[in-house]
Amino acid sequence: MGGYILKRSLLAIPLLLTISFITFVLNALSPMDPAEVVLHAQGVPRITDELLAETRRALGMEQPFLIRYFDWLLSCLQLDFGNSYVTGKPVWSLLGPAFLNTLQLTIISVVAVIALSIGLGMISALTEGKNLDKSIRGVAFVLTSMPPYLLAALLVWYFSVKLDWLPTNGMDSIQSYILPVSVITINYAGIYFRIVRSAMLANLNEDYVLFGRACGLPEGRIKIRLLRNSLQVAISVFCMAIPIILGSTVVIENLFAWPGLGMLSVKSILSRDFPIIQAYVLVLAAAFVVVNTFSDIINALINPKLREDM
Amino acid sequence: MSILQVSNLRIWDGITGKVLVPNSSFELKPESCLAIVGESGSGKSLTCRAIMKLNKKTIRQSGDISCNGVRLNQLAEKEMRRRRGKQLYMILQNGMRAFDPTSVIGVHIRDTLMHHYGWNRSEIVEKMKQAMLSVRLQDPVEIMNKYPHQLSGGMLQRVMISLAIVLEPDIIIADEPTSALDSVSKYEVMEQFVRLREKIGCSMIFVSHDLSVVRRLADEVLVMRNGNIVERGDASILFSEAKHEYTRFLVSSQTELNDHFRRVMGGPDYVSRGSR
Repeated sequence: MGGYILKRSLLAIPLLLTISFITFVLNALSPMDPAEVVLHAQGVPRITDELLAETRRALGMEQPFLIRYFDWLLSCLQLDFGNSYVTGKPVWSLLGPAFLNTLQLTIISVVAVIALSIGLGMISALTEGKNLDKSIRGVAFVLTSMPPYLLAALLVWYFSVKLDWLPTNGMDSIQSYILPVSVITINYAGIYFRIVRSAMLANLNEDYVLFGRACGLPEGRIKIRLLRNSLQVAISVFCMAIPIILGSTVVIENLFAWPGLGMLSVKSILSRDFPIIQAYVLVLAAAFVVVNTFSDIINALINPKLREDM
Repeated sequence: MSILQVSNLRIWDGITGKVLVPNSSFELKPESCLAIVGESGSGKSLTCRAIMKLNKKTIRQSGDISCNGVRLNQLAEKEMRRRRGKQLYMILQNGMRAFDPTSVIGVHIRDTLMHHYGWNRSEIVEKMKQAMLSVRLQDPVEIMNKYPHQLSGGMLQRVMISLAIVLEPDIIIADEPTSALDSVSKYEVMEQFVRLREKIGCSMIFVSHDLSVVRRLADEVLVMRNGNIVERGDASILFSEAKHEYTRFLVSSQTELNDHFRRVMGGPDYVSRGSR
């Protein structure tokens, strides 16, 4: 088991290197001259060729491409992503807190999504074809097909404006978590509960359920087995939900003025703040790789067949 | 006098209304073995599961099923569950899929025996050890600590038989227990069924489409086709003097297969070794 974890973790390293290289190349391919962007951002009134050359030198732009990449990579490993072109502040001082804010929103939402999906999936699988199952699926279908901005607008209008129960935006108190988390949860749980439901239905017809019942085992015992087997499929999907939600908070954060990565990235893209964009892509990609690695390890832990191949 | 009496059993699909088994009645005599033969889809498994009341929710059934004078069809689910395992036990076709793939098979065995008899862990291990050795499973403790995919189909089949030895049910329903096995394991498992009957003196319903197995085990035979019982009678007589055309077809197709096999293998006695 320890060997597998080590092997799987080592596999993540070349993946991360490739991602960092692609991120760097994509930024280098951009038609904008970074020196020009910096000078514009600093509000220099007249940009001369000398000024451009001097700024390029200061940014280390005259060095060969690969050397620039390795310099950047080395400093990235120490969480030094350079300085923002616009504000001149270190990127990590902007990105770090934003990342934590987004992470909080993501983790709370993911927990809610998983709890709701498993609960609804179980209820709807065990009442298959009955009215309860039909209404859960119907409501979920309508809510999931609504785009998040529409759902968010409706919730804000009703709960914040009309009833004045919850704040419309910001991240000041526990109450301000409720609306953004609800929007994300409703959107994703509506999809993921179907995965739990279909996995459970497929397992209900398995022979081990029949044999368990034929041996007179209590229904509760059989339900536990059913859930354990069904979750095997669902766990990998749930693990992938974490980075997906992490990356897709852009819309939610901008709607609710959540001071997170999504807000920061949109702002940086609009002002061509390359170091922040680079760091944002890199951090998200790294999160994807890390969570994926974890999900593989968890899957191996609960699936005896996988465990054997290690 | 019969231990199980099934009368006017009717099984249909609750959604489409399609009748799967129109009307069948039969009985099982104490300490005897009734074989149900027929092609796949003829309603053999449905009939077995109807006796246990374990068909899918969408499948409906009516008719009278009484076991030792108790009408099973009128029992509440809780009462029925108490009888499953202890009084009525079922052995499935595919051992690989009959046990929960996420836990070792000892878990299922412990759950079942603890639930019915309230024995503790060491009592269960002791009883299972003897039962498993008697069906020629070496290293019982090690086997109980294995996951289903680590054992062969024949071994899992014998684990199910050894659980039956410990549970000592009145009636064992075996739903094609040898169909998924290769011929060597099939022979082994079949012999264990013979010994199981001798050992605990239970009655048995044995579903199969393998006539050589049926000949070895059964006292009486039911032949099913499209949900109907087309022929019934004493096992030894049925094969030589079948009245119904379909039974004769079944017997002759099997004989033809065996003859061909014998010719290929170049020996007259190779196939009939397992049969009477």
